Amino acid sequence: MAILIDESTKVVVQGMSGRIGQFHAEEMIENGTRVVAGVTPGKGGTTVLGRPVFNTVREAVAATGAEASLMFVPPPFAADAMMEAADAGIRTAVCVADGIPAQDMMRVKRFLKRYPRERKMRLIGPNCAGVISPGKGFMGIMPPHIYTPGRVGIVGRSGTLGYEAASQMQALGIGVSTSVGIGGDPINGSSFRDILALFEADPETDAVMMIGEIGGPQEAEAAAFVSEHMTKPVIAYVAGLSAPKGRQMGHAGAIISAFGESAQEKVEMLSAVGITVAPNPSAMGATVADVLGLQKAA
Amino acid sequence: MDIHEHQAKEILAGFGVPVPRGGVAYSPEQAGYRARELGGAAWVVKAQIHSGGRGEAGGVKFCQTEEEVRDCAAELFGKQLVTKQTGAAGKGVYRLWVEEASDIQRELYLGFVLDRKTERIMIVASAHGGMEIEDLAEKDPDSLRRMVVDPAVGLAEFQARELAFSLGLTGGQIAQMVNVLRACYRAYRDLDAMMVEINPLVIRGGGDLVALDAKMSFDTNALYRRPQVSALRDPSQEDPREAMAADHGLAYVGLEGDIGCIINGAGLAMATMDMIKLAGGEPANFLDIGGGASPDRVCKAFRTVLSDPNVSVILVNIFAGINRCDWIAEGVVQAYRDLGLHLPVVVRLAGTNVAEGQQILQASGLPIVTPDTLAEAADAAVSLRPQPAAA
Repeated sequence: MAILIDESTKVVVQGMSGRIGQFHAEEMIENGTRVVAGVTPGKGGTTVLGRPVFNTVREAVAATGAEASLMFVPPPFAADAMMEAADAGIRTAVCVADGIPAQDMMRVKRFLKRYPRERKMRLIGPNCAGVISPGKGFMGIMPPHIYTPGRVGIVGRSGTLGYEAASQMQALGIGVSTSVGIGGDPINGSSFRDILALFEADPETDAVMMIGEIGGPQEAEAAAFVSEHMTKPVIAYVAGLSAPKGRQMGHAGAIISAFGESAQEKVEMLSAVGITVAPNPSAMGATVADVLGLQKAA
Repeated sequence: MDIHEHQAKEILAGFGVPVPRGGVAYSPEQAGYRARELGGAAWVVKAQIHSGGRGEAGGVKFCQTEEEVRDCAAELFGKQLVTKQTGAAGKGVYRLWVEEASDIQRELYLGFVLDRKTERIMIVASAHGGMEIEDLAEKDPDSLRRMVVDPAVGLAEFQARELAFSLGLTGGQIAQMVNVLRACYRAYRDLDAMMVEINPLVIRGGGDLVALDAKMSFDTNALYRRPQVSALRDPSQEDPREAMAADHGLAYVGLEGDIGCIINGAGLAMATMDMIKLAGGEPANFLDIGGGASPDRVCKAFRTVLSDPNVSVILVNIFAGINRCDWIAEGVVQAYRDLGLHLPVVVRLAGTNVAEGQQILQASGLPIVTPDTLAEAADAAVSLRPQPAAA
């Protein structure tokens, strides 16, 4: 079923009444996503894109049986929206917003721990492009036409670099089972390791392209997970070989502040556990093709 | 966002951290006046710049007369202080902190950071303060004590006590240390800090603890709700190009090379810079133009990149999702016209409305190179440099 979303996943959009929420919800519906409701406090009882809008996520879940949420909520209110979704019983939430205070995310992560495993919410993002299972559905802001349906999973911090990988793969005839943007913030809902575990268990995924960058310990954790638990091949690329130490490169989390956080060190850690690392960002697709044993396009 | 030492001390003192008595000075005369006001027989004059390593760079002076204070101040004012953290350009000294001299018996290290592994606030402490934490981690890693705070509970008193005892403190110092730790934690949490560092935290001759130096930096994403912190911003300590870019809503980091970069998305921007390096060039900057960029924002990005005199070619790389290639193309054409551009420009477009974007670039008749792939774009930019960059 791919991971996180497919054609049967019922999705609510928090903030669907807003201009941006409406624009992306429309794209999602056009591409087959089962959007069942919107949530905007104070707009309950109205209709957007033919879908009912509710005041609270709890009401939306009760009325529609929604299990996933995509939020278009401004950064100051995003943490609250995440906790509301978790408490209402949403199982998978995607937050796109860039600019959420780090301590808000710290508290959200602590809050999510209060629920037992069987009803705990999986959070993707924030500061990410979202999740797409090509041909089935998506929650996010990516251009869906650059993804061909197929059997390779993609997980990356950066949205646009994920697009680059998907389109290189498309040019070589390689399709994608699901592509997941985990986001560029220092504290995020799901790590590389969390998503790799989902891909490992997914019968419709044969291999995974993982796109890391400077800063943080999550690539190192992923390397340990791959070496101990993964049977499927993993291909990687790490952005930021030319990034200076101690400077924040756009993403709040993209800063080399400790040992093991530079691109060079991460490439070494990933290579050491048998992950094939693409030599440059233009060779992500070709490296996937090599590992899958496909003929390279001329 | 960083602030000055004297501001950090003032904030921490407000939360209950003891700091030496002192005052800010904006002129040598005022520095002398501060010394007289403080009284005593010796003072320390400290250059206020946003950087560590000030002592080694000559930014901290010990003085024994009021005249000496004035002379040292006169020497420091207006100086570009170069530390191992500032880069070759250094940072300008426009204010000083004049402080009573302390009789130092022992130096400790104390830091609060956001630990990305546990996703919690972590306290790092050492019985051996005075040197930079990086050096401490390398030379004396066994002396480091780490403690993680549960955000739902806050720093528990027993944790603070454990830490105090583990640093070899005794008697009344334990209660003082617990107080310092809890005060720093509250300041960190209540003001959305990203880092609080007291290095050194000293024990003076009388046995009392004081923060001899203090450093704080703050989460820029939280400044909207911390106006009292925003007010402490000091533009004189920022790279003017980066400050200008930030005002335009662009993420910009100036680097040493000559290939100006305009890209959407932080990851793609880093990857493009890597590609330039592999092709034999050096990027002049990191620049993320963000999502939904209007032609006007593209134009501002060109202006920002061109404010660096080293730039000899510009590479635009856009993979449009919520961006639109036609808007980007219009922005490039507008930048050519408005800025009287004469440098070679390489524009690689992909994603939303790419055909319309290409159409606009071609119809403009401008000498723009339009490669299809990331690799071709980097190669084109490197080959179009007027001469090989000096090593």
